[in-house]
Amino acid sequence: MAATIAAVATPEGEGSIGVVRLSGENAVKIADKIFKARSGKRLSQLKGYSALFGDVWTENEIIDQAVALVFKAPMSFTGEDVVEISCHGGEFVVNKVLRLALDNGAALAQRGEFSRRAFINGKIDLSQAEAIMDIISADNEQALRASSEALSGAVSKKCLEIKDDLTFAAATIAAFSDFPDEEPEFSGIDKLGDMLKKANAELQKLIDDYDKGRIIKNGIKTVIIGPPNAGKSTLMNLLSGYDRSIVTEIAGTTRDVIEESINFGGIRLRLFDTAGIHKTDDAVEKIGVGRTLEHISSADLVLLLLDSTGDVLAQASEILKNADNKNIIIVLNKSDIKVAALDAKEYPNIPKVSISAKEGTGLEELLAEIKKVVNLENLSGKSAVYLNERQRNCAIRALEASKEAKAALESGVTMDAVGVCLDDALAALMEITGERVTVEVANKVFEHFCVGK
Amino acid sequence: MSYFAGNYDVLVIGAGHAGIEACLAAARLGCKTAIFTINMDAVGNMPCNPSIGGTAKGHLVREIDALGGEMGKAADATTIQNRMLNRGKGPAVHSLRAQIDRRAYATYMKHTLELQENLHLRQAEITKIEKSQDGWHCFTMLGAEYISKTVILATGTYLKGKIYVGDVNFSSGPDGMFPSNELEDSLLSLGLPLRRFKTGTPARVLKSSIDFSELEVQPGDDEITPFSYSTDPKTINNSSVCYISYTNDKTKEVILQNLHRSPLFSGVIEGVGPRYCPSLEDKIVRFADKERHQLFIEPCGLDTEEMYLQGMSSSLPEDVQIKFYKTIKGLENLQVMRNAYAIEYSCIDPLALNLSLELKEHEGLYGAGQFNGSSGYEEAAAQGLLAGINAARKCKGQEPIVLSRGSSYIGTLIDDLCTKGCSDPYRMMTSRSEYRLLLRQDNADERMTPIGFEIGLVGNKEYQAFLMRKELKTAEIERLEATHLGPTDDLNKMLLENDTAALKSGASIADLIRRPQISYEMLKPFDKERRELSAEIKQKVETEIKYAGYIEKQAAQVKETIRLESKVLPEDINYDDIKGLRLEAIEKLKKIAPKSVGQASRISGVSPADISVLLIYLEKREQK
Repeated sequence: MAATIAAVATPEGEGSIGVVRLSGENAVKIADKIFKARSGKRLSQLKGYSALFGDVWTENEIIDQAVALVFKAPMSFTGEDVVEISCHGGEFVVNKVLRLALDNGAALAQRGEFSRRAFINGKIDLSQAEAIMDIISADNEQALRASSEALSGAVSKKCLEIKDDLTFAAATIAAFSDFPDEEPEFSGIDKLGDMLKKANAELQKLIDDYDKGRIIKNGIKTVIIGPPNAGKSTLMNLLSGYDRSIVTEIAGTTRDVIEESINFGGIRLRLFDTAGIHKTDDAVEKIGVGRTLEHISSADLVLLLLDSTGDVLAQASEILKNADNKNIIIVLNKSDIKVAALDAKEYPNIPKVSISAKEGTGLEELLAEIKKVVNLENLSGKSAVYLNERQRNCAIRALEASKEAKAALESGVTMDAVGVCLDDALAALMEITGERVTVEVANKVFEHFCVGK
Repeated sequence: MSYFAGNYDVLVIGAGHAGIEACLAAARLGCKTAIFTINMDAVGNMPCNPSIGGTAKGHLVREIDALGGEMGKAADATTIQNRMLNRGKGPAVHSLRAQIDRRAYATYMKHTLELQENLHLRQAEITKIEKSQDGWHCFTMLGAEYISKTVILATGTYLKGKIYVGDVNFSSGPDGMFPSNELEDSLLSLGLPLRRFKTGTPARVLKSSIDFSELEVQPGDDEITPFSYSTDPKTINNSSVCYISYTNDKTKEVILQNLHRSPLFSGVIEGVGPRYCPSLEDKIVRFADKERHQLFIEPCGLDTEEMYLQGMSSSLPEDVQIKFYKTIKGLENLQVMRNAYAIEYSCIDPLALNLSLELKEHEGLYGAGQFNGSSGYEEAAAQGLLAGINAARKCKGQEPIVLSRGSSYIGTLIDDLCTKGCSDPYRMMTSRSEYRLLLRQDNADERMTPIGFEIGLVGNKEYQAFLMRKELKTAEIERLEATHLGPTDDLNKMLLENDTAALKSGASIADLIRRPQISYEMLKPFDKERRELSAEIKQKVETEIKYAGYIEKQAAQVKETIRLESKVLPEDINYDDIKGLRLEAIEKLKKIAPKSVGQASRISGVSPADISVLLIYLEKREQK
C-alpha cells in the first residue's frame, strides 16, 4: 500500500501563502488531526472540491490560520485523496505545518512523487509529467506558456499525429505481406513513399523547434561585446536593474565574464558581460578576451555595443572579424551625448539600434530587434510544440529510423526491411508519450521532479 | 456399467491435426499415450481446403517440422502441387503452400500413428471426464474407463457440432461425422469457460462438370521447396494444377436476393465466424463496393474427381448455393458433389490457459487446436505439438516449454491466444508477428531444432544434418565476405545492365549481394571458387548477407523486449494490493495471471501507466 505523502507545494522562500499538500488514502484523516475548522465541521465530512476555514493545531496551540481544500480520488491531481492546507507563507510556519503532518502519519514525499503518482494513476502522460517540471522552473512568460501547452498534451498530440502516419505505413506493409501475391486485391503500397516523406518533415520540424523551445525555457544566451568603455557594463546593469558589474572610467575594468539572468520584456536573457576584444599585453586581460571569444561562439545573440562618440565604423570592423555568422545587433550607445551616423550600407544585414544606457532610452527598440533576430516575434505556446531534451533525443531517433525506412524503400530492398526501420521509429515516438514503457524512462523522468509537485 | 481400460500418462481426445501432433510428441517422448477418434476413418482428415501452408501458416509448418513434429513430413509425402508464395515480397514473407491429396494425407497420418511405439489409437467417443486423486478419468460411450496423468482436449469442430445449410440445421461433426454431444456437459461442470465459434466450408464439385477452357491455370513452382528439412525435394509430386476464376455481378445479385435465407444474417447462428476467412455472402456484404471476388479451383487428390472451390464457403440454402456457383465463369454446368455448410462448435476462452496450454484451474488438463479458439490445420498442429510436449514433460516432472514471441510463430500464436484472447477463430498471419524478418521460414531450423533436440523430439541424425547445414551456410557467408572481385568489364557490364553502379575498384562478393538489384545467383559466373550448395542454403546465405543490417536491428528490438519479459511477476503477487493499478487492469491481471511484465503489457485493458506501476512495484519489492 502506497503511503500518504506530504510536502510543501509552494517554492522555498517567503511568499504570501504557503501550501502543504497531502496525498494518499489517509490524507483526509491526517489533515483532520491537525486542522480544526472554525465551523466545527470535519474534513472527512466534505465532498471533493470543497474547502474549510480554520486553524492548524499542535496538541494545545494554534500554529496558524489556514484554508484546507479537499480533493477526492480520483478527481485530484494525483488521482488519490488530496488535501491542500494553505497557510501564511513564512518558511518557518509552513515547515512547522509539514512537520505536524509527518508526525501524524504522513511520509515526506520523495522527489517527484506527486507527479509520479499522477502518472501512475493515469492522470497525466509522460510528456505532461515533464511539462509540470518545466512549469515549476519556468521563470518567464513564454516558457510558462509553452510548458502549459505541453501540460495540456500538445506534445503528445503532435507525436500521436506523426505516430498515426507511421502506424498506417507499417500497417500497409503488414497487410501487403499478408495478402498472397496471387491475389490481385492489395494496393496502397505505392503511397508509402509519400507517407514517410510527410512523417519525416513533421519530425524534422519538431526537432527544429526544439532550439526555440530551449531558448524560451533556458533563456537567450546573450553576449555583450564591444570596445573597452563603450558602456557594456552600464548596459548590463541597466538591464539587470542593479549594479552587477564594476563600472569605472578606466577601460578594461571588466576582466572576467559576468553572467546575469534577466527578464527583459517577457523574454529571458542570459546576459554575459565580457571583457572587450582588443589587443592586450596584460596576462589577466588576455584570459578574459579568450573567454569572450568562447562565449561568442556558443551565444544565441550577440549585442555589439559601440561608443557613438568614437569612430563607430572602425570599432565595428575590428570586432566583427571575430563574430560573423551570428545573430548580431549593433547597439550604438551614448545617444545622449551623440547620435552616431552609421551608414545603412555598412553591414546591411545587421540591425542597428541607438540607445543611451546611462539614460535608459532606446530599450523598447532594442527589445523589438532582439525578438526579431532570435525569431521570437509572434511567439506563443500555442503556435508551436516544444520538446524537452529527453523527448528531443527520442524524436531524433525516430527521425533517423524513419529516414532509414525511406532510404530502404528507395533502394528497392523488399518491404520487410522497410518495416523493421518503421518499428524502430514507432518505438522511439512512443517513448515520448510514455505509451512505451521502459524502467529507465520512468526513473529518468521522475528523478528530475522537485518535491511537492 | 463401466470397466477399467488402462492407466496412461497422456490421453488425447480427438485425432485431427492438433491431436495427432500431441499424441506423437507424447509417445515419442516416452509417455504411455492413447488417442481417441470418433471415427477411425477421420484421423488426420482435412474437412476444409485440400492444402497445407500459405502465408504465415507455411512458417508454422516449417517450425513444427524443425521442432520434431509430423505435419511437414506428411504434407511433403502427399503433396500434389508445391508453391512458394510472395517470392517478390522479401524473405520474411516467403510462404510455402502445397496442395495435398487429402485421402493420402489422412492415410499417411493414420499409418504413422499405428506404427508409433507407446501409442494406442482407438475409435471411441469420450463422453465424460473427471478428476480424482489418482488422475483424470476418461469414460467412453461404451463404458471403458481410462485413467491418465494428463488429458489433452483436441475436439476440433466435433464438440457439440451443429451444421447449418440455409434454414436447415442439425447436430453433426464435420464431413458427415458424428458429433461429440455429451462431453461438453462434464467440461461445463468442471467450470471451463466454453463458448460457440463457427466456421464454414465451400462445395466440392465434379471436375468433369467444369469448363476449364477459359480459366487461368495456376501450376506449381519450377523449383520445389519441401516443408520438411529431411525431405529430398526430388521426391515431391508437383504434377497438379489449380484454376482461377472470379465471381461477377450476377453472383452478387443471387446472393443479395437470398441473404434473408442465410442463417448468419437471420441470426440463427450464434457462433462467431473467422474474420479472415469469411463466407462469400459475408464478403459481398462487407466489401459491398468490390466488383468481384477471386476463387481457386483446387483438386482434392490424385484418385478423385472432386474439386474444392477455395474462397466460396457459404451457409446459404443448397438451392441458392447451386444457383450462385453456376453464375461463375467455367462453372455454368456445375455438378455439386458435397454442399457448402457452416459448422458451429463449442470451444474454450483461451485466456483460461497457461502459456504451456495447460488450463490454469485444472492441473494436467490441456487444450489444443480449434478447442482453444484457433482456426486452421497448421495452427492446430502447432498447439498440439506444444500441448503434447508439455503434457509429457509434466508426467516427467519437467518444466514446460514456452516458446517466446521472438523465437517463433508458434510462440506468437500461443502468446496471442493465452494473453490477448480471441473474439473470433484465430488465424495466423505474418502481421501478427513483430519480428517477421527474424522468424523466416528458411531459418525455422536454426530457431527450433536445437530446442527439439534438447527435449528429445529431434533425433541425432536430423540434428547432425542441421549442424552441417549451419556450418555450410556460415562458411559460405565468410567466404563471400572475404572474396573480392576486381572491376572487370564483364562484371561491370552485368552490374550496369541491372541498374546498379559499375565498380571502380574491387569489392567483396558480399558487398555486391547487399545491393538490392544483385542476387547471389547473378554473381555465379564471376565467383570462380563457388561450391554448389542446396537451394535452401543458398537462399539463407543470400538473405543473411542482404538483410544483415535489418536483421541486426530486429534482433536489437527483441533484446529490448526481453528485458520486460525477464521481469517476472511473482506467483504470490496480489494485484488488489498494488496501489495505482486501475480497476480494469487489476481484473485482467488477476484473470490472465501473466508470467512477466512483458506478457502483462500485451493484455488488452492493461495500459502503459499500469505497466509503470508494476515496474515500480517490483523495484520496491526487490529493495525490501
